[in-house]
Amino acid sequence: MTELLYLGAAVLFIFGLKQLSSPRTARRGNMLASIGMLVALVVTLANMEDIGWGPILAGLAVGGGVGAALALRVKMTSMPELVAAFNGFGGVASALVALAEIERTNSLFDTETGVVVALSLAIGSITFSGSFVAFGKLNGSLPGKPVLLPLGQPINAALALSAIGVATWAIMADEALGFWIVVAIALVLGVLAVIPIGGADMPVVISLLNSLSGVAAAMAGFIISNSALIIGGALVGAAGFILTVLMGEAMNRTIANVLFSGFGAVTAGPAAMSDKPVKRATPDDVAIALAYAENVIVVPGYGLAVAQAQHAVRELATILEERNVNVDYAIHPVAGRMPGHMNVLLAEADVPYDQLLDLDQSNPRFGQTDVVLIIGANDVVNPSARDDETSPIYGMPILEVDNAQTVVVVKRSLSPGFAGIDNPLFYQDGTMMLFSDGKAAVESVISAMANV
Amino acid sequence: MSAVFISGIVVFVLAAFVGLEVISKVPPTLHTPLMSGANAISGITIVGAVIAAGAGEGTFAAILGFLAVTAATINVVGGFLVTDRMLEMFKKKPGRG
Repeated sequence: MTELLYLGAAVLFIFGLKQLSSPRTARRGNMLASIGMLVALVVTLANMEDIGWGPILAGLAVGGGVGAALALRVKMTSMPELVAAFNGFGGVASALVALAEIERTNSLFDTETGVVVALSLAIGSITFSGSFVAFGKLNGSLPGKPVLLPLGQPINAALALSAIGVATWAIMADEALGFWIVVAIALVLGVLAVIPIGGADMPVVISLLNSLSGVAAAMAGFIISNSALIIGGALVGAAGFILTVLMGEAMNRTIANVLFSGFGAVTAGPAAMSDKPVKRATPDDVAIALAYAENVIVVPGYGLAVAQAQHAVRELATILEERNVNVDYAIHPVAGRMPGHMNVLLAEADVPYDQLLDLDQSNPRFGQTDVVLIIGANDVVNPSARDDETSPIYGMPILEVDNAQTVVVVKRSLSPGFAGIDNPLFYQDGTMMLFSDGKAAVESVISAMANV
Repeated sequence: MSAVFISGIVVFVLAAFVGLEVISKVPPTLHTPLMSGANAISGITIVGAVIAAGAGEGTFAAILGFLAVTAATINVVGGFLVTDRMLEMFKKKPGRG
């Protein structure tokens, strides 16, 4: 019976995730998954004999309070940090479950249990320390730029090999100390693995850590032979894996390349620009172009989130819609700091989700678009990625905004994006540059609209 | 390898394929809630944490168990709540599409 109830919980997870595939049913899906979690928890408590309630209730109270406070207070712009932190907590919980098992059994495991204990410890610990480095990079308390350590990769490889060696010894000799050493090595490895990765690559890193937190939970499931943990962990592992692959594709880079190259640490050479003429626009020029357009597509980038301009953009869109201008939003997969981040920010500003277009939906539409308004995006609209084989970003899928009639680029200056690459779009005939902070620019266009 | 262990591996592999199938249908618009929701599900390790914390074998094990329950609960409660907060914001435009 217990087993069936755990299976029921796992089925609720699957249904929940399935309903996440449409914005209409997604909220219910999340609810279903949380009911599954409650079922699993109640079943577990109901099946325990001689329960030591103290640590359980204390943990539930503290964890519930902290989790709720974090979830209810977080600003939508800080969502990537929060998810990174939650990944870390999930990872450390699985590692702690394995440690408690070592304490309980004096590490007298058969070989297979020893292996899953070591895996749970290693994966959980890497997820924990790696997630908190990612958290620090995302909230600015650690440098977002890639920090390249001398001999970084040989050191990481040596650490990984020694962890495997120590784990083998711990399993063979039933040595608790060995398992603790594995934890220590894995913690260091998590830090060293994420430190060299630049802020712009964070969507890939968070996705990967998300996947690892699931795998760690599944390993903990093997330790206690519990199907709910194994299934739940496998689902999360799969979800994180899919997102990791999608993010890698969106940047035209393999996962190995993200993890090991420290992209962005090397400033690209051919950034000789600024001597080419650009067409500067005033807010009035932009207002006129927008007001007489039929179709407008807004391309938001991370700069928009930094400038907190999403509400101003929404206000501008409302004014345009009142003038019967059709406004949509084209969102590149890596527009934010985690997958889908930009969509959440725009949803928060009351942009209906059916106006949020992904890469495949938006590219065919730029040909019929009168004005594209780019705010805080650069590399994801750089035609070099399509046309210039020598460009470092060649092959990366882009939003092909250069097919639109007029392109308005809102940007602080002509400085290149994170990849340090010049953008030919800026010098194109149909392009107007509005040099300003994203929010100030949109607000000035809004006030100019009054006179059009 | 024991039969229990092998059936565990079977379950893991099959569940991973179910996950790949189900999740690949989630549109990019919902990728952030997907991740935070999946994240909450990875808090299922709370089951192992509760068992460890309640076993009451010596104080050190109880401390480890308490820490595990705390971390897993942050993950579960925070993950589901923040996902709900996000999903609440996704609205369709009246009268379009």
